[in-house]
Amino acid sequence: MQKLVLIKSQAVPLPSENIDTDQIIPARFLKSISKEGFGENLFRDWRYNVHTNEPNADFVLNNSKYSGEILVAGNNFGCGSSREHAAWSLTDYGFKVVVSSYFADIFKGNALNNGLLPVKVSEEYLKDLMETITQNPSTQITVDVEKQTISFNQKTENFELDSYKKICLMNGYDDIDFLISKKDAIKAFEQKTQKVYEQEL
Amino acid sequence: MSQNKTLFDKVWDAHVVETVPDGPQVIYIDKHLIHEVTSPQAFAELEARGLEVFRPNQIVATADHNVPTLGQELPIRDELSRTQVQQLTENCGKNNIELYGLGHQYQGIVHIIAPELGITQPGMSIVCGDSHTSTHGAFGAIAFGIGTSQVAQVFASQCLLMNKPKSMRVSVNGKLNKDVQPKDVILYIISKVGTDSGTGYFCEYAGNVFEEMSMEGRMTVCNMSIEMGARGGMIAPDETTFEYVKDKTFAPKGEEWTEKVEYWKTLKSDSDAIFDKEFEFSAEDIRPMITYGTNPGMGISIDSKIPIAQNESEEKALKYMGLESGQSTSDIKVNYVFIGSCTNARIEDFRSAATYVKGKQKAANIVAWLVPGSQQVAKQIYDEGLDKVFNDAGFQIRQPGCSACLAMNDDKIPEGEYCVSTSNRNFEGRQGQGARTLLASPLTAAKVAVEGRIPAFENLN
Repeated sequence: MQKLVLIKSQAVPLPSENIDTDQIIPARFLKSISKEGFGENLFRDWRYNVHTNEPNADFVLNNSKYSGEILVAGNNFGCGSSREHAAWSLTDYGFKVVVSSYFADIFKGNALNNGLLPVKVSEEYLKDLMETITQNPSTQITVDVEKQTISFNQKTENFELDSYKKICLMNGYDDIDFLISKKDAIKAFEQKTQKVYEQEL
Repeated sequence: MSQNKTLFDKVWDAHVVETVPDGPQVIYIDKHLIHEVTSPQAFAELEARGLEVFRPNQIVATADHNVPTLGQELPIRDELSRTQVQQLTENCGKNNIELYGLGHQYQGIVHIIAPELGITQPGMSIVCGDSHTSTHGAFGAIAFGIGTSQVAQVFASQCLLMNKPKSMRVSVNGKLNKDVQPKDVILYIISKVGTDSGTGYFCEYAGNVFEEMSMEGRMTVCNMSIEMGARGGMIAPDETTFEYVKDKTFAPKGEEWTEKVEYWKTLKSDSDAIFDKEFEFSAEDIRPMITYGTNPGMGISIDSKIPIAQNESEEKALKYMGLESGQSTSDIKVNYVFIGSCTNARIEDFRSAATYVKGKQKAANIVAWLVPGSQQVAKQIYDEGLDKVFNDAGFQIRQPGCSACLAMNDDKIPEGEYCVSTSNRNFEGRQGQGARTLLASPLTAAKVAVEGRIPAFENLN
């Protein structure tokens, strides 16, 4: 997993609310057995005309004014399907941070497991940020993982981040290594509780 | 003995291996269900790290998401789907994982087969790389969807690192109106609480409405918990639960059964348990429901008019759906009906549809697909003679799989067409590019198929 410490970038505004993972990456693109190349189909059906496959000029990713490693999206981002392909498509496209006023649980976990930081801000801050970057696409946004702050135009807000996940992000660690290191405790737990749960097929 | 614990607390706490100081908890997973779409990258991850699957006996696999629902006995024509299914077969073989693949008598939608085989039991922790894993909470299990990285974590350690979610409770009491099915109850709840009010929570459903519901109905309700943002839903196990689990293929037997039931009986919220959030509704207020927008919270009773858009997102949804505020639902030109998915493809769903359809004919404008949730459900449909009812009426019975719920296979609704669907999501393009989904109960879907439109008027009292 890539390390994530300090991100300074312009941002891409996508004000729609309730953006579900089917919009981020439609199901027909999930037929892969690898994690590569999903960025090509990120927001596929908003980004390209369904009939001609030509880019939709009015979609923000096709507007050359907007670019950057930060996606700023409307409330309740990433709801719906648990597909981790949504996180893979965002990172593959080049995003490192998604800012919203609310994230769906599973998406949030998937993002953190892939070095993609979900930054939850207040509704007022999101509104201000969305308007600012829409009008001034060159606005620089800074996200500091260690300080857990996001700022633009001297306006700073703190965001929540589990201290364990913070260490993982800043060092590029993931959960598997940690869990493997707990094998003895896990085996002891299995012994202790076998009577109640253990069910073998 | 009272400890102020919720049902969720009791089951969760029983699975905590360890708590990381100022961090998440290591949660033990009893059952891990896998399928062809969200597991290949997890197996690859394990292989890349030189790790073995830690507890293969606690994993069950099936092929459901991308499989065809016609001609399953033939090789899958779509190359990418075929590769995914082959990869699953190979991965399961290599790692000694039980696979109920195509052609197996137990194959079917992962959330249908685990309960019907008795793999799902009260008090368990169950995960799957699929958000509708919440279904299994109907048995008083903690069950939730996970991403592929987490699938790899469970492969490697049979555990997950999780922060304990908060608890919420939705109570529905009273007497349900005629023709109101469990699907209507959950669509009503989501229309009232919204699509994000459950985020960060596990939801317990309580009240006489759920107590009196069948297991199939409870599964429909818990299945859609994720559509209000809740990671999982739960209903306290009771005699209905025990009766359902008893004698299932993998259910405990003999003395073990008696012991387990004793434990399962303790799995209910204490009377003084405190929930972080509570909602209460009256059963009498619930009517047959239908959605009109592009998220499951945009639902109304079928005799209502399409509401006025409250914001830009709702305007966008109405535009996508080709609908206008004030329009009656019966004016919508529905041409497709889909009865299937992990929400509503159990035998009870097909029985209720068949009871209504018997002796009637499908409307000429409607294409009606019935997709059983599993080989066992399909067998029951034939054993009970429901196939004759549906065939005589002009419905098409297909083979088990996720099918038109997410249209990963060929079962796609054409662009611009309306489909009344018993599935769980009406997102843009969910049932095919440009397809327009209206979520409803199996009974409403059957009525639409026969009448050729949404039967709004008969419900006006």
